[in-house]
Amino acid sequence: MTLTRLAPYLQATPLTLILAAFLVLPIATITMVSFWDYDSIQIFPAFVFTNYEETITSPVTWNTYINTLKFTVIVWAVTLLVGFWVAYYLAFHIRSATTQMVLFLVCTIPFLTSNIIRMISWIPFLGRNGLLNQTLMQLGIINQPLEFLLFSDFAVVLAMVHLYTLFMVTPIFNTLMRIDRALIEAARDAGASGWQILTNVIIPLAKPGIAIGSIFVVTLVMGDFITVRFMSGGQSASVGLMMANQIALLQYPAAAANAVILLILVLLLVGGILRIVNIRKEL
Amino acid sequence: MNKKTTDTSAAGAATDAKSGLSRRHVLKGAAALGGLAGSGAVTGFPTIWAQNPITLRQFGTGVSNLNAIAEKCKADLGITLQMTALDSDAVSQRVVTQANSFDIADIEYWICKKVFAAGTLQPMDVKKIKYYDDIVPIFTTGKLTPESKIAQGTAPSTVGFVEGPESKTFAKAPTQWMTLIPTIYNADTLGIRPDLVGRPIKNWKDILDPAFKGKTSILNIPSIGIMDAAMICESAGVIKYGDKGNMTKAEIDTTIDFLIKTKKAGQFRAFWKTFDESVNLMASGEVVIQSMWSPAVAAVRSKGIPCVYQPLEEGYRAWGGGLGIAKHLKGAQLDAAYEYINWYLSGWVGAYLNRQGYYSAVLSTAEKNMTPEEWGFWMLGQPAKTDILSPEGKVMYTAGAVRDGGSFKERMGAVACWNSVMDEDRYMVRRWNEFIAA
Repeated sequence: MTLTRLAPYLQATPLTLILAAFLVLPIATITMVSFWDYDSIQIFPAFVFTNYEETITSPVTWNTYINTLKFTVIVWAVTLLVGFWVAYYLAFHIRSATTQMVLFLVCTIPFLTSNIIRMISWIPFLGRNGLLNQTLMQLGIINQPLEFLLFSDFAVVLAMVHLYTLFMVTPIFNTLMRIDRALIEAARDAGASGWQILTNVIIPLAKPGIAIGSIFVVTLVMGDFITVRFMSGGQSASVGLMMANQIALLQYPAAAANAVILLILVLLLVGGILRIVNIRKEL
Repeated sequence: MNKKTTDTSAAGAATDAKSGLSRRHVLKGAAALGGLAGSGAVTGFPTIWAQNPITLRQFGTGVSNLNAIAEKCKADLGITLQMTALDSDAVSQRVVTQANSFDIADIEYWICKKVFAAGTLQPMDVKKIKYYDDIVPIFTTGKLTPESKIAQGTAPSTVGFVEGPESKTFAKAPTQWMTLIPTIYNADTLGIRPDLVGRPIKNWKDILDPAFKGKTSILNIPSIGIMDAAMICESAGVIKYGDKGNMTKAEIDTTIDFLIKTKKAGQFRAFWKTFDESVNLMASGEVVIQSMWSPAVAAVRSKGIPCVYQPLEEGYRAWGGGLGIAKHLKGAQLDAAYEYINWYLSGWVGAYLNRQGYYSAVLSTAEKNMTPEEWGFWMLGQPAKTDILSPEGKVMYTAGAVRDGGSFKERMGAVACWNSVMDEDRYMVRRWNEFIAA
């Protein structure tokens, strides 16, 4: 009798322990350190708000957060469009299940290489004397190399879209596949146009997938620092990059304060997404 | 045992090249005496380490963490060196926060100023350093020749010594306790693509030329980047600094505001943080004039792309690194560390570093390990009599070439400032981040 009552707790224990050790504990440590004080070489226990004050009152922080949010919104919108498009094509236009799976695997092939390599390979392509500029100049389309292609916000967004679109494709494809085709037939029988079917039937039913994909993309872009650093040539800032700089300069408490603020912001964004779409209903 | 009267020896070492031979004999005697009177640990016994294998964990910036040195050290001394290369920020971090993770720290002098107070390094007894008297006086008295002025910034001599074996306070003049044994140093300037700039480059301010709009870069390591920025600002007449290496808040503001203005005007193409990035920026033609390190220039040139390490009228920004011993080392490991350092200064490594375009701390021993042609080219600024090879045996310069900037004395004698860490460091870094984020 006692065993049956204990069993669910026992079953939940491993995950609880893992989450406690690798999620709760680090976050608690970061929160604690964010109130510590520091000088140029060490940090010492204290309870000060200067880290938060300096972070929140600095216009740099605001600009950086706005910049990061800007990247997030643009990348989210583009990945959503591209991701939905690809998923829709895979789910509704490819008839055979085998072809669907094969094409879906094709989408994942780039992910067999490292994230950073995929990103860095853009650099020789987009550079001033890169492949793209050379080709365009040889074709006579332009006579000056396009400078905005590399080391710019454009390059950052491009690389991020390239890196993160699959995170949108997968969950959306998954939900689209589970839509009962009878619903679409019914809509058509009731006289709905293709556009109406898309907006009134498919998109509402795909919302959980869109929401999950959005959570992936938003959290990835908000926390990114390496893409911003490499693709902007160090000219652009993101919150992650700001933290990386602070850590590099041994300013752990300042970085921790930043991390806490970022965490709160991301949780709010995710919370907002979950308010709009009830993922649990669909899972 | 009081042979270490630095003034005379310093003057002596400056006249390195010619009087080398006779002085060397004298010094050998002095060193032997030192060995007898000292701990006895200095005189090298490779066999001991072979029987009782010793591993020293060394980490530092990429410049001197070379596998070739570890291999040669193993062959000569039987000491296994485990090398880890990190960037300067990571290095300072590690010295302070992971004191037990290393035995030898290969750090720059400005890092030393920042981290020595953390108490994770122990000062070294110069009596156990065989070639102490031969170390280039830049690192002891601070003066290359008795007439030289000590340059601005964190000059190595100002953080090279502490008052006593347990002290954390830097001494004003040389003492018996050295914080770092200098290993490698150089004078940095701007690198240019002579084929693309299309005009002679003479001053630091030339990087601001509107003709190079969107084709310039400076490095994004705050403590070094700010010095390049200071050289540029002073050259352009934006400001005259009291001490570039220790700016006031107002001076920092003026410098950063000017940088932000320049950045917004689109003068910079990128900011680089690692050696490879600087090489790629230059080799790909993304930039034509930028902050650069000398081996990066060599790397661009080895791809067959012209690149010059341009000497400038205002002088060089110099840097230097050295080996520090971790606090926790004692007994046989400490002896091995001293032996390793003595070996480091004994010539083979010095020659290896000089051949890369850096300078080594003890010139007389390095000279013995180089051919007269190599010595003439790298150190005396003479035209190469034969092809000049890199340590790996690749041709770096063909016969007739002259080193950018000339001889050792011309280059190290024209140092305007040293890489530094300022009293207003925290403020500077905050403003620097603003510049990057702007």
